Amino acid sequence: MSLVDESFELKELQVLEGHADRVWSVAWKPATGFDGVPAVLASCSGDKTVRVWEQSPSSGSFQCKAVLEETHTRTVRSCAWSPSGKLLATASFDATTAVWEHVGDDYECVSTLEGHENEVKSISWNASGSLLATCGRDKSVWIWEVLPGNEFECVSVLQGHTQDVKMVQWHPNMDILFSCSYDNTIKVWAEDGDDDWHCVQTLAEANNGHTSTVWALSFNATGDKMATCSDDLTLKIWGSDLLTIQSGNGSAPWKHICTLSGYHDRTIFSVHWSREGIIASGAADDAIRLFAEDGDGLVDEPKYHLLLKKDKAHDMDVNSVQWSSAGNRLLASASDDGTIKIWELISLAGDQKPPL
Amino acid sequence: MTLGLINANPVVHAKKERVARPLDDPHADDAVDPLEIYDIVRDIRDPEHPYSLEQLSVLSEESITVDEKLGRILITFTPTIQHCSMATVIGLCLREKLKDCFPAHFKVDIKVAPGSHADEEAVNKQLNDKERVAAALENPNLRQLVTECLYSSEL
Repeated sequence: MSLVDESFELKELQVLEGHADRVWSVAWKPATGFDGVPAVLASCSGDKTVRVWEQSPSSGSFQCKAVLEETHTRTVRSCAWSPSGKLLATASFDATTAVWEHVGDDYECVSTLEGHENEVKSISWNASGSLLATCGRDKSVWIWEVLPGNEFECVSVLQGHTQDVKMVQWHPNMDILFSCSYDNTIKVWAEDGDDDWHCVQTLAEANNGHTSTVWALSFNATGDKMATCSDDLTLKIWGSDLLTIQSGNGSAPWKHICTLSGYHDRTIFSVHWSREGIIASGAADDAIRLFAEDGDGLVDEPKYHLLLKKDKAHDMDVNSVQWSSAGNRLLASASDDGTIKIWELISLAGDQKPPL
Repeated sequence: MTLGLINANPVVHAKKERVARPLDDPHADDAVDPLEIYDIVRDIRDPEHPYSLEQLSVLSEESITVDEKLGRILITFTPTIQHCSMATVIGLCLREKLKDCFPAHFKVDIKVAPGSHADEEAVNKQLNDKERVAAALENPNLRQLVTECLYSSEL
């Protein structure tokens, strides 16, 4: 199946309502959505709650199964499932990170991580689930070790960004941490052995980097490419040598590969790379855009093209886009309009073109 | 936190005469009229002085531009002095006052008038980072100040 030759349509399957304020983020629960296991999605909002939605096996529609409330006292900005799906971490403007466990029919807050001086903006679990990273407006990135009995211990507080840190994301295979910030840079953090974490690379304007706030980053399936999105209205693709990354010997430097400009005219808040190689973006112009790599680009200089643009995907800004990892081509989006939408990427056979 | 007012002696102007909008105005209802928006924000009280943003010439009719087709509103305001530390508070007041005043898909950009502030770029960036704006409005102290600026004219 080639992404180059086919035409696609992003079909709206369902609108999930329930949150009383803007929805900031969504996260698909790992290992759900295939082999008879119903797909599960978490969403978090300015209404201070987190909602968990589950797809009904019979009807295929998503229903709200739980509302995680009365814990965070301010906006919940992002949520992330642990790789096993057993735990859900939520980051809040109340300066805490809560960790929840599914107990029976409900979710229980089993731990609260404190330390950030003000709003926590993002959380990320590493591939093995042994580490958790958080970041916030206090310009710092914290790394926590996951201990038995739902205990968490801070192993490092990373300073380096000169402004508000918007997102943290672990590399999909290696324990290398990436962060992006209001200071327009992306930083790469690695360990020197023995909990000694430090910044091994900064991708700034001088390295063909962004010229305004970097809001999000996402890796491709193999982990040798990364997409970043910014208030500067561009998406940038970065690459690194896979073998060097995996050898763990010293750090593999990231280089700018390509800048996608002219496609967005408002801030791009979210970017997510699917396992198949489709890059989705969510922006402040209420639209969702999908990009894919050109079939005839050079190996060293890949090019990307716009696969489709979904105008008015929501009534207001799109804050988050997330592909399901279940291989079912489902995409979830979250918006200032208070809703989450579930989309399916449909490929149109041969001569069928999407209606204009 | 500096003691005393940032700008102790602002220049105060007379309020501009208000033009009554005719009831059969063809621009009523759907259209977003810059003058209607101006009417909503002109009386916001300055965070530091007992005068409206209009009286201090922070805002004027020319401050508001609307692009109906694209659904964009641009508000440009002029802080009373170059090093005004209240610029971000004024931005918050403007956003909060205009919150439910036009169709949801309209985008609002707020900037300081070019050349009117020493840290123009930094201030504009903060004024338009919606996550920062949202977090600021959840801060009880800032919320209190904004409420006073918006509603003191009604007291």
